[in-house]
Amino acid sequence: MDKLHLDQHISQRFNQELEGIRNKVLKMGGLVEQQVGSGLTALLEGDGDLGSLVAQNDFEVNALEVEIDEECLQVLARRQPAASDLRLIVAVIKVITDLERIGDEAEKLGRFSVDLAASDEIPGYRRDLRHLGELVRSMLGDALDAFARLDVDAAIRTAARDEDVNREYETLERLLATHLVEDPRQVSKLFKITWCARALERIGDHSVNICEYVVYLVKGRDIRHTSFDQIRSEFL
Amino acid sequence: MSTTADDILGRPRHLDRPVKDDAHDAFESLTETVGTVTVPNPKMRTEHVDVFYGTKQAIYDVSLDIANNEVIAMIGPSGCGKSTFLRCLNRMNDTIPSCVVTGSMSLDGVDLYGEELDPVLLRARVGMVFQKPNPFAKSIYDNVAYGPRIHGLAANRAELDDIVVDSLKKAGLHDEVKDRLDAPGTSLSGGQQQRLCIARSIAVDPEVILMDEPCSALDPIATARIEELIDELRRNYAIAIVTHSMQQAARVSQRTAYFHLGKLVEVGDTREVFTNPTHELTENYITGRFG
Repeated sequence: MDKLHLDQHISQRFNQELEGIRNKVLKMGGLVEQQVGSGLTALLEGDGDLGSLVAQNDFEVNALEVEIDEECLQVLARRQPAASDLRLIVAVIKVITDLERIGDEAEKLGRFSVDLAASDEIPGYRRDLRHLGELVRSMLGDALDAFARLDVDAAIRTAARDEDVNREYETLERLLATHLVEDPRQVSKLFKITWCARALERIGDHSVNICEYVVYLVKGRDIRHTSFDQIRSEFL
Repeated sequence: MSTTADDILGRPRHLDRPVKDDAHDAFESLTETVGTVTVPNPKMRTEHVDVFYGTKQAIYDVSLDIANNEVIAMIGPSGCGKSTFLRCLNRMNDTIPSCVVTGSMSLDGVDLYGEELDPVLLRARVGMVFQKPNPFAKSIYDNVAYGPRIHGLAANRAELDDIVVDSLKKAGLHDEVKDRLDAPGTSLSGGQQQRLCIARSIAVDPEVILMDEPCSALDPIATARIEELIDELRRNYAIAIVTHSMQQAARVSQRTAYFHLGKLVEVGDTREVFTNPTHELTENYITGRFG
């Protein structure tokens, strides 16, 4: 966040306030990343205890969202930020909303992993979820890195990987449908697995949003609902 | 490079250079204003304007158009030349003997400093509202009627009454003073006095209104009224406002011009300037950073 020159305001207190918000967002990002990682591990390794812990810990993510929101509100009301400061506050408010939703998806992974831990193996599901999970986990990590480093290039390249995630999700959907046809008795478990795949796919979408806010924050350009070709030609 | 006072006086150029600071390099490298300084069909056009107070140069090569039906806000730190520039637009600086203005300034294509333009008539066409309300020591009525009287704008008392009432209405003051038009202008509150001054400048049917920090002496309620008024006046006039309040500039203007140490750094759509300014100096100023 050095590019934002957060330490160069005439008001030292304003510097501290923005620095405090920045640090809390990074902390929230780290926590969410950890929740997704643990949720995925719990799911893939059938670790119900870990899944349960992930589900329990979601409140920490929620609490951070509320705390950061309040601090942003205070800055808006008392500092009337402009230009990059305003974009930072707006981007933070948006980013933490996505982070909180990613936290909810991680909680789902945790909850479903508790249910699935007691079940018999369903052929192929672990391997296939693992691939999607790894794609999504690395995408989230890179989106958060791009935010921390204000790296527009990395943000755009990371967002582009959502196509891979979507492709993988569709493949997985077809596979799960096949399992369902082959063994209709597994319907309940297969639905849960489908929900997990859906949760992972949504985490990919939220990661794209975070990348878009990085571009907005650094360049002042809103690239939401813009084609990747257009974004690439303009920024890369 | 345009002609400077030193050139006119046959002396080597002597410019008071700014003190070196963190943003000095950015300032030094500033040769052209960022953004579009011109507008189609400008009401006023200024090109390559330099202003000197004696040997001290206050404005460096500023070009800027003022458009019809638009509020342009001029912002910048103290001593950046924004008020000096504003005052040049209706030749208020003529009253300062050491002040020399070079470059070109025009109103509807007519040179402001040319032979054919009488400064008194110019100031009727380009009105000005100052920082501190300055009503004359006369009644409310006479304050507003003063301009139309000296410019012979009313054929009789009834016409003058119409002008006074109309101007007070446009300034949003009529309802508050209609029953006491004979009361002294100075008996009004600060906000009312400022609206009286606006009514006074409107009374001579100007085309441009210049405002030099019109709300700095007013409370937030009076300020909000004046800002509302500025927005209404925009329908009929071109308005240029100098303000130290960036929130005010952001609220009332459609274009914003940022001045720094006598140079016009950036001009742009107000929406863009306050969310994504182009120049580092503008960014530093509006976000309250060093530089």
